[in-house]
Amino acid sequence: MSSFLSYLINGISLGSVYAIIALGYTMVYGIAKMLNFAHGDVIMVGGYTVFICTSMLGLPPVVGILAAVVICTVLGVLIERIAYKPLRGASSLSVLITAIGVSYFLQNAALLLFGADTKSFQSVISIPSITLMNGEVNVSGVTIATVVSCAVILIGLTTFINRTKTGQAMLAVSEDKGAATLMGINVNRTIAITFAIGSALAAIAGVLLCSAYPVLSSTTGAMPGIKAFTAAVFGGIGSIPGALIGGLVMGVIENLSKAYISSQLSDAIVFAVLIVVLLVKPTGLMGKQIQEKV
Amino acid sequence: MNMKSKAFRTNAVTYAIVIAFYLICHGLIMSGNMSSLMKGLMVPLCYYVILAVSLNLVVGISGELSLGHAGFMCIGAYSSAIFAVLVDGKMPELLELVLALIIGAGFGALFGFLIGIPVLRLRGDYLAIVTLAFGEIIKNVVNAVYLGIDENGLHFSMKDSLSLGLSENGDTIINGAQGISGLPRTANLTVGVVLVLITLFIVLNLIHSRQGRAIMAIRDNRIAAESVGLSVSKYKMMAFVISAALAGMAGVLYSHNLSALQATSKNFGYNQSIMILVFVVLGGIGNIRGSIIAAVILTVLPEKLRFLSDYRMLIYAIVLISLMLFNSAPKSIAWRKMMSERIRMKKEENRTGAAGDKDGSGEEA
Repeated sequence: MSSFLSYLINGISLGSVYAIIALGYTMVYGIAKMLNFAHGDVIMVGGYTVFICTSMLGLPPVVGILAAVVICTVLGVLIERIAYKPLRGASSLSVLITAIGVSYFLQNAALLLFGADTKSFQSVISIPSITLMNGEVNVSGVTIATVVSCAVILIGLTTFINRTKTGQAMLAVSEDKGAATLMGINVNRTIAITFAIGSALAAIAGVLLCSAYPVLSSTTGAMPGIKAFTAAVFGGIGSIPGALIGGLVMGVIENLSKAYISSQLSDAIVFAVLIVVLLVKPTGLMGKQIQEKV
Repeated sequence: MNMKSKAFRTNAVTYAIVIAFYLICHGLIMSGNMSSLMKGLMVPLCYYVILAVSLNLVVGISGELSLGHAGFMCIGAYSSAIFAVLVDGKMPELLELVLALIIGAGFGALFGFLIGIPVLRLRGDYLAIVTLAFGEIIKNVVNAVYLGIDENGLHFSMKDSLSLGLSENGDTIINGAQGISGLPRTANLTVGVVLVLITLFIVLNLIHSRQGRAIMAIRDNRIAAESVGLSVSKYKMMAFVISAALAGMAGVLYSHNLSALQATSKNFGYNQSIMILVFVVLGGIGNIRGSIIAAVILTVLPEKLRFLSDYRMLIYAIVLISLMLFNSAPKSIAWRKMMSERIRMKKEENRTGAAGDKDGSGEEA
């Protein structure tokens, strides 16, 4: 029972990281209607930034995290500006391939700068772990930090979207770009802001991910990126609560199947669950059904 | 009639390119003018071309974005490798290869059908992510499978090679993540090119057939095609299964080019599927000849750029992004249109100018 609980807690922790990444995915997809394959690699950039700041320059962790958020935000906006903005109005396949190009670029730039060997990441989170149920279940500081940051981000993001003008503009642009332009919304600016927020979230996810799984290489972000994307699709891409539920479910299933079935098959099981859900609900758990017209 | 002969001519050019390429490469190998690096690339070139052409059938002709093509290649490679190990030395090489190809393509088609049933119900990006998921599932499951043989028949396990319970003269065929070893390396350039030609024959004939037109009609407007009585699921499935079978065949070529087969994220993961998709998109979606050329260039180029060492893939990424921006950005398209218009105008001006001169000289005389 206690081991089940600790697997479950670890799953929720991993799921929260997936949820934070998936939020970025889902916002970008909702507004720009594109699969941003480079999102996972922004996570890796965030991880390396913190690594440089804390392990190499010896700066305090807070500075490292702030630097990661700033650098990733700038990077996200730059990527959007250089690679995606000129392709607005082009076919979605060309945007997808460009995103893949950006992903290759980030991975190989990191490979050149930091070498092929994996770096061991010093956890930057110094919250003490707590024990539950008379010391049977141990909850690490990283887990607490991850779950808390996920909750804070979710509440913050929902408030931002529902209560601010910029947030409302984002909703409007994702609904209908043309109509939003006619209402005087600056579509380009709104999309840039979405990329900025998504990339900042990716930076935070990078810090949390590397603190929980302390290895860092140029492909660190690739698989979590794909899985978070799966989580976003699972929850219904474009939906913010969907991303949270999708991320948590994916994380818990992955950890439980690793513990009880097979560590090799855990990815396969996660993907199989996604497929089953999409067969029952073809637009994900909380996705909107769109009626097709001729 | 005219249309038909035009299509025939375009196809003939495509076949001619492949055959000419084969003759040149074969000549270079025979005369010893080809580096060993290029020689090693010959069979990969063939299977990448097959993969690109077959993926183009799904992405370009049928209009569905599939990100799991490498999974079908994995199925073909593994099924044929198991067969090759089972019959090793019991039949002539050529017969073994032909049977392996049939088995690989058959299993590819079977899995294409099984995966197609759920996948083809979905649309657009959802379809893309589910094909990606299937590709990853195939790769992961193959890595967890143990298969052995002894006098009691085949033994199967998902745990480890010990739990197979083989007798003393038993042999492990698939050893989990270590894959299959002891394969015959019977693939060569000639076999590869024959398979490329078969692939082209199947795909080009399908495109110009009644079924192919139905598939393209569904791609262009599903609802309109449905309303004139075309069965959407049947034709989509047809394209998907044929594409999977051809990818399975490419997998056979892959496995017969190695002495040991392993499923890693490099050869059968989503990265490989995306690589093939890049061939298709850069070659031109729906353009079969473009897929061939793009697959050849993009396979040879990274090898030729080895002298750039670490910068190689970085440059590849930059080239990829710039090409996409140049090719499909609306502004760049408009700019190219303007430039070609300007050149045309200039030509026209020159011509009328020259004609005017002639008139002028006529008056003088």
